[in-house]
Amino acid sequence: MIDVSNSLSDELVACFGDQITVSSPTTGMVTIQVPVNDWLEVAQTLRDNARFAFNQLTDLCGVDYLGYGQVEWETTDATHEGFSRGVEGMGPGRFDWKNRPEASEAEQRFGVVVHLLSTRQNMRLRMKTFASDEGLPIVPSLVEIWNSANWYERETFDLFGIIFEGHPDLRRILTDYGFTGHPFRKDFPLIGNVTVRYDEEKGRVVYEPVEIEPRVLVPRVIREDSRYKADDIDKAADEALDSLAARAE
Amino acid sequence: MAEIRNYTMNFGPQHPSAHGVLRLVLELDGETVVRADPHIGLLHRGTEKLIESKPFNQSIGYMDRLDYMSMMCSEHAYVRAIEQLLGIEPPVRAQYIRTMYDEITRIGNHMLWIGSSGIDLGAMTIFLYAFREREQTIDMYEAVCGARMHANYYRPGGVYRDLPDTMPKYKESPWTKGKKLKQRNEWREGSLLDFIEAFAKDFPSKVDEYETLLTDNRIWKQRTVGIGVLSPERAQQLGCTGPMLRGSGVEWDLRKKQPYAMYHEMDFDIPVGINGDCYDRYLVRIEEMRQSARIILQCVDWLRANPGHVMLKNFKVIPPTREEMKDDMEALIHHFKLFTEGYSVPKGETYVAVEAPKGEFGCYMVSDGANKPFRAHLRAPGFAHLSAMDEMAKGHMLGDVVALMGTMDIVFGEVDR
Repeated sequence: MIDVSNSLSDELVACFGDQITVSSPTTGMVTIQVPVNDWLEVAQTLRDNARFAFNQLTDLCGVDYLGYGQVEWETTDATHEGFSRGVEGMGPGRFDWKNRPEASEAEQRFGVVVHLLSTRQNMRLRMKTFASDEGLPIVPSLVEIWNSANWYERETFDLFGIIFEGHPDLRRILTDYGFTGHPFRKDFPLIGNVTVRYDEEKGRVVYEPVEIEPRVLVPRVIREDSRYKADDIDKAADEALDSLAARAE
Repeated sequence: MAEIRNYTMNFGPQHPSAHGVLRLVLELDGETVVRADPHIGLLHRGTEKLIESKPFNQSIGYMDRLDYMSMMCSEHAYVRAIEQLLGIEPPVRAQYIRTMYDEITRIGNHMLWIGSSGIDLGAMTIFLYAFREREQTIDMYEAVCGARMHANYYRPGGVYRDLPDTMPKYKESPWTKGKKLKQRNEWREGSLLDFIEAFAKDFPSKVDEYETLLTDNRIWKQRTVGIGVLSPERAQQLGCTGPMLRGSGVEWDLRKKQPYAMYHEMDFDIPVGINGDCYDRYLVRIEEMRQSARIILQCVDWLRANPGHVMLKNFKVIPPTREEMKDDMEALIHHFKLFTEGYSVPKGETYVAVEAPKGEFGCYMVSDGANKPFRAHLRAPGFAHLSAMDEMAKGHMLGDVVALMGTMDIVFGEVDR
């Protein structure tokens, strides 16, 4: 891929001005954040403007930012007794329905992320928006602009409960017929709420509340230190290995 | 006058041509399809949610179970997403091995595709022919990682281990003995690379055999020519990628246009179709198999000449070997931390796409700096293709739905995730 990221960001700013927020790419793809009200307008321009010509929507998905950056095990503070061994807080999905985390104060919880591809210009773009209302997240539908958004929006509705305004056929797609809840939300337990089993007496399949206790196998931790600077690690590791080899000889 | 009504029927979920668990609700006017409504999700396992609950490395195995016909390609996208977030680059030898195995996977996948869609359309022999060669690609999987299908071979920072020096041989049995045994083990005398080379050299002649069976076959052409025509514009609007897009004449292949691994070093061609029907897509896939064999041979040459590491020596991400752990305390600590906690990945998000045999397989990953992904979304090519089913099937006969299903190369592991 030709590296167009710089010129693309400039042109995006020139074209849309304050309408969008362009973030510099850390991993090779330009990302723009669009207010939900301008979602359709920006999308239309990105498709029809010959400079961008994003003729394909390759991917659309939802993200639930509830609990972003939260950990189950503190790594920064230690008492005089050392680090606690217990798991604190509740990571994604490791809780049952009664103890589910309450919606946080995070203002923008539900995001919709779209990946666009321009086969003519050979470039990609990530486009993001946040639904304004957390209780009833609504985002305009892109189906009219890119037809491939159809099933992706259905999937996002099914898994996150984000409603796409103007979608021709917003039904559940991946979950079971008659399913309640939106399983990929962070306040939906990983083990689910109901189990299914065949009841011999009733002669049919019955739904029952889940009995398994949720548990944490590996706690979620965040470590921010310099060891993830790739070059430094490689160098240090190489040196360590070389000295090891030298000792072995 | 009698009332004429459209007939609604279920195609699947237990139908041999549904390629897994697809429930297709068809509205028929006589034998003509008026509306096709695929009901998917019968194989939904919540892979993306499971990924969120585990350290990064523990989810590589889930990738094999997505598209269970092109296992290593899915792994490649996932592993590369982690590598991009970490900012590490695997050694060149590992990149060559990945390139080679992606192509072996492509051959294996297309072989299954040609066999099963052949059976769907009434060509039995091609199935037996294709599975004869598919067995060898599976043997290559087994030789390198120990598993015949769910490889779990690619790791962030390289591949799990180097290619073995020996290729397992067939043992004598009441069915395989004497001359037959010798014939079967003919390619297996040397290393895995020798076996792969022998296979890739011989493979184009096998593709000729498939073509003899199908390309000019009258029945095959009657079932595929002019069926499911997609114009280039519509194909792109509907999110088609891979052979589905190239069959419509769009020259778009990520291996050429946005190269990853070692594809920029490879010499190969992208076949494209003209009419955008099932037959053209068949021709595209056939040619892709030949091109894959070409790429494999180039990789074999390079791998022979350039021994070296296949994993980074980076203990913060890659576990040390057992020998290193025996007399190095640091290595032991690293090993312990990696297997009890995993590595933390810096904050950020990335989207990585690879050209899987079925089309663009993408992995979108959001990390909040923890040892588990905050969110991972897998972009499966089959999902987009199947959503085009309604448009493609409209106006065709009931029997053509089977041809469409075949040409889309649907696997439900990746559609339902």
